[in-house]
Amino acid sequence: MKVAVVKYNAGNIQSVIYALQRLGVEPQYTDAPEEIISADKVIFPGQGEASSAMRYLKDRGMDKVLSQLSQPFLGICIGLQLMCAHSEEGDTQCLGIFDLQVKRFKAERQNQKIPHMGWNSMQCRDNSLLQGLQDPYLYYVHSYYAEVGPQTIGTTEYIVPFSGALNRDNYYAVQAHPEKSSSQGQRILTNFLKL
Amino acid sequence: MLTKRIIPCLDIQEGRTVKGINFLDLRDAGDPVELAAYYSQQGADELVFLDITATVEKRKTLVDLVTKVAREINIPFTVGGGISSEEDVQALLQAGADKVSVNSAAVKDPELINRLAGRFGSQCIVVAIDSKHYEGQHKVHTHGGRKPTELNTMEWAQEVQDRGAGEILLTSMDHDGTKSGFANQLTAQLAARLTIPIIASGGGGNAAHFKEVFTAGGADAALAASIFHFKEVAIPHLKSELQASNIPMRI
Repeated sequence: MKVAVVKYNAGNIQSVIYALQRLGVEPQYTDAPEEIISADKVIFPGQGEASSAMRYLKDRGMDKVLSQLSQPFLGICIGLQLMCAHSEEGDTQCLGIFDLQVKRFKAERQNQKIPHMGWNSMQCRDNSLLQGLQDPYLYYVHSYYAEVGPQTIGTTEYIVPFSGALNRDNYYAVQAHPEKSSSQGQRILTNFLKL
Repeated sequence: MLTKRIIPCLDIQEGRTVKGINFLDLRDAGDPVELAAYYSQQGADELVFLDITATVEKRKTLVDLVTKVAREINIPFTVGGGISSEEDVQALLQAGADKVSVNSAAVKDPELINRLAGRFGSQCIVVAIDSKHYEGQHKVHTHGGRKPTELNTMEWAQEVQDRGAGEILLTSMDHDGTKSGFANQLTAQLAARLTIPIIASGGGGNAAHFKEVFTAGGADAALAASIFHFKEVAIPHLKSELQASNIPMRI
């Protein structure tokens, strides 16, 4: 199985690669459109800033490539946010795979810390990406979130309910870091590789 | 519900785990990679690696260690100790660290926090603050706690948040190594003032101490070292006791 991990100017790519290696997959880390188009599975990881990430993708014509794929595609963390329509972070037009707005958390009372950092549970809908998981605790670290919409398959609550996981056709996304979420995160990656 | 985090800290010297009482009397407590895997299995929510000798003895082994740890474990970890440039941070994040913590270098050059947060995002920039009660005030210390500064702990914490830090690792030098409880009052003052998460460190000796720092102290996470390394407190037991006391825990 050929798994492509999309290369762009985001941090923490190595953890995703190690997580896949632990599952016996040797991914290709690439920003070459032909490699991504021909892969069996595509993972769009990351941790970073939305406007600079989108600029990197657009400069290479990658925005169009990523939004027209037909194989299983998994966005992680900022990957999920970049798959939405628009992000408040840097007032950025994103890929528009999910028709959702990405907003910044706003504390409503004292002790609601931002970023949302740590382990939180997610309420799952029946979906093959989340098979075998019941309100899994996953590791989150983010200051922006995607609203809940019809494509939401997992809802996480922090200050407000937000999209913890999304799915539309071949496109999947999780806000948490499955590569850092112990056995339950590993299950999400395993499920994705089986799609 | 977002849970409170239990974080074992692995102090590193020359690639080995050490933990000193009040940072001075160092003892070897094992192999960091093995310990990391063990803690991950035990239910630790996160790990922190601090190269406590980094600002005194320069070394390049930290990136190798980060690589080995990242290959083995699937929970987040932070790396700190002697990090003073964007290049350092780039190398550690690339090797697989989730966050980096800066301490002395941020005190010396506060703009560093802005640059790091701007380039890598606030969420992976932790500012470690070593605080010690000194002439009636909480003062920031640097260089593994050896060097007092003129900075007031509260004011510095506010400044690092304003500059873009994503989290604060607050170590009370007065409590560190005493196993008599965390600096709950100071932690609570910071928690009330700041909007970023606070990891409390220094003084945790038993489950009651952790409960206090999460309730009275308002901490988001609590960090300890030797009590875990020498198995005086077992993480599964600690977490189930805390959960029984209505502290949200990932079990």
